Amino acid sequence: MGMGNGKPPIVEIAHLSKSYRRGSQTIPVLEDITFDIADGEFLALMGPSGSGKSTLLNLIAGIDKADEGTIRVGGVDITSLSERELAAWRAANVGFIFQFYNLMPVLTAFENVELPLLLTGLSRNERREHVELALQLVGLSDRVDHYPAQLSGGQQQRVAIARAVVSDPAILVADEPTGDLDRVSAGEILQLMDRLVREFDKTIIMVTHDPRAAEKARIIRHLEKGILTDSDGQPASPVAGS
Amino acid sequence: MAIPFSYSLRNLWTRRLTTVLTASGMALVVFVFAATLMLAEGLRKTLVETGSYDNVVVIRKSANSEVQSGVDRAQASIIESQPEVARGTDGRLLLAKELVVLINIPKRESNKPANVVIRGISPASLLLRPQVRLSEGRMPRPGSAEVIAGKSIARRFKGGGIGETLRFGMRDWTVVGIFDAGTTGFSSEIWGDVDQLMQAFRRPAYSSVSFKLQDVTAFDQFKKRVEGDPRLTVEAKRETRYYEDQSEAMAKFLRIMGITLTVIFSLGAVIGAMITMYAAVANRVVEIGTLRALGFQKMSILAAFVMESLLLGLLGGVAGLSGASFMQLITISTMNWQTFSELAFSFTLTLDILWKSLLFSVGMGFVGGVLPAFRAARMNIVEALRSS
Ligand SMILES: Nc1ncnc2c1ncn2[C@@H]1O[C@H](COP(=O)(O)OP(=O)(O)OP(=O)(O)O)[C@@H](O)[C@H]1O
Ligand SMILES: [Mg+2]
Repeated sequence: MGMGNGKPPIVEIAHLSKSYRRGSQTIPVLEDITFDIADGEFLALMGPSGSGKSTLLNLIAGIDKADEGTIRVGGVDITSLSERELAAWRAANVGFIFQFYNLMPVLTAFENVELPLLLTGLSRNERREHVELALQLVGLSDRVDHYPAQLSGGQQQRVAIARAVVSDPAILVADEPTGDLDRVSAGEILQLMDRLVREFDKTIIMVTHDPRAAEKARIIRHLEKGILTDSDGQPASPVAGS
Repeated sequence: MAIPFSYSLRNLWTRRLTTVLTASGMALVVFVFAATLMLAEGLRKTLVETGSYDNVVVIRKSANSEVQSGVDRAQASIIESQPEVARGTDGRLLLAKELVVLINIPKRESNKPANVVIRGISPASLLLRPQVRLSEGRMPRPGSAEVIAGKSIARRFKGGGIGETLRFGMRDWTVVGIFDAGTTGFSSEIWGDVDQLMQAFRRPAYSSVSFKLQDVTAFDQFKKRVEGDPRLTVEAKRETRYYEDQSEAMAKFLRIMGITLTVIFSLGAVIGAMITMYAAVANRVVEIGTLRALGFQKMSILAAFVMESLLLGLLGGVAGLSGASFMQLITISTMNWQTFSELAFSFTLTLDILWKSLLFSVGMGFVGGVLPAFRAARMNIVEALRSS
């Protein structure tokens, strides 16, 4: 079965549905999805364009609202949280990696990485230590004072990864993290993500079109027309991994 | 904790051309705002400094100024005999019975006539006004057709200079001295012997009686007694109060004009700021979505954009104020609407005007920025992130 690492699930999704309204029309995007993600997993979410991958990822990351069903992350039912609580929850529990890096252009690498720490109670000195550590981890200690425009795409994505891990969240969500990078840079980013799972016990949920990226992941799930399947095409079992 | 202040500041710097243009609009408004307040303040200061707190002016009841007032000799004597009147070192009363008349004389440059105050003075007049100092020439000899002119008159009016002659009251008057009264209203007056002037203008009564209080706190008791005396038809005011009342009408006019202009202009500046801030929000939709995803609350986004707009306003305020502060170098002469005489004064910048102008500019920034900031804060995170 898919949940191969034997650890307890960190993400538990039950009967999740989501649809969008376009005028009078209702477009179902996700239909009754039930599956778990084990702690420390590196999961790739694949599927054709418009199949709802990003939508599912956004729901797990707590930036979108489901119509039905529950999402428990680390035991917390995030579908029952208010918008305020959800923001605080994201700050503490989720690291984001975007296709286009989404760094603040007016802030330096250091300041970009520091952003999530501004939402913690850390002192200025503690923040500096954490930021330096995170930038060291992604191999950019020498680019602390560079602005995003002064960095290559691969370097920007590494800064973004440093930003995602600096507050030590349990799960990382990545929507096409290599989608805008050349092969070499993409390889480096995937290497880095692999290290985060192996050495730092992070759980990564990655949406990707890139088979080479999916290869790095330990589990691949396919999403098609709102239905989730295993890599072998069978519908994902609700009790997978338990 | 909030989104760092430097985020707002650097975004303004990044789009500096737009920032400068928008701030210029606000600067213009603040300039007008500050300049009118400075004008009103300059006028007020000039008139108030003209008076001293321990001097009392007695004029006819319900006369707004000395020009309209008349105090006959009998009433003047009764006032003279009140115990509150101070005496000088030589034992003489520090009390001046004065005549104030408006005359029309031509200006030096334009040859256009303007109203000027002629004050008939008593020997105590100078002692009552330590701010008035003879700077050139000498005092008029009693009984002669001699006058002294305030320095503002000497400079701006034909025949006002030392050794020159002025014609009024069907006589020629020689200017034998120039007096300096600082920025006070006296600088725009001509002084001569009261008896000579009463004859020349055929006036039977004085305009006012001014005196120094023996005890500064004795004013109320003096006022009560004098205004209750059935033989008298007068009103007593502290000199400071008297001159402040004089500036009221003009100050009010300036304030109304200033507010009207400012409101019209600020509407434009606020709309300009709003357009700039809406554009800033539209350009940074993805950034906003990202910040929200990272866990920043709606309030933090709101605050960051409001802060940006406040800074924009502050920038405009500082620029407008620096412009306005240069106005202090200019001296304005205008009609004193109470006496219809010429009055010279300058734009005066005070701490009060400074912070009011800054508050006003920051207020414009706030009004211009608050709606765009709300749009930024209310953005749907997923939609914001999708727009990349
Ligand atoms: N705000 C929205 N309003 C209407 N429809 C939407 C909205 N957001 C997403 N959809 C629709 O939901 C479906 C799933 O979108 P989603 O972005 O999750 O797809 P995806 O699998 O990530 O696709 P891609 O690989 O192209 O990124 C699509 O058909 C999309 O058009
Ligand atoms: Mg997508």
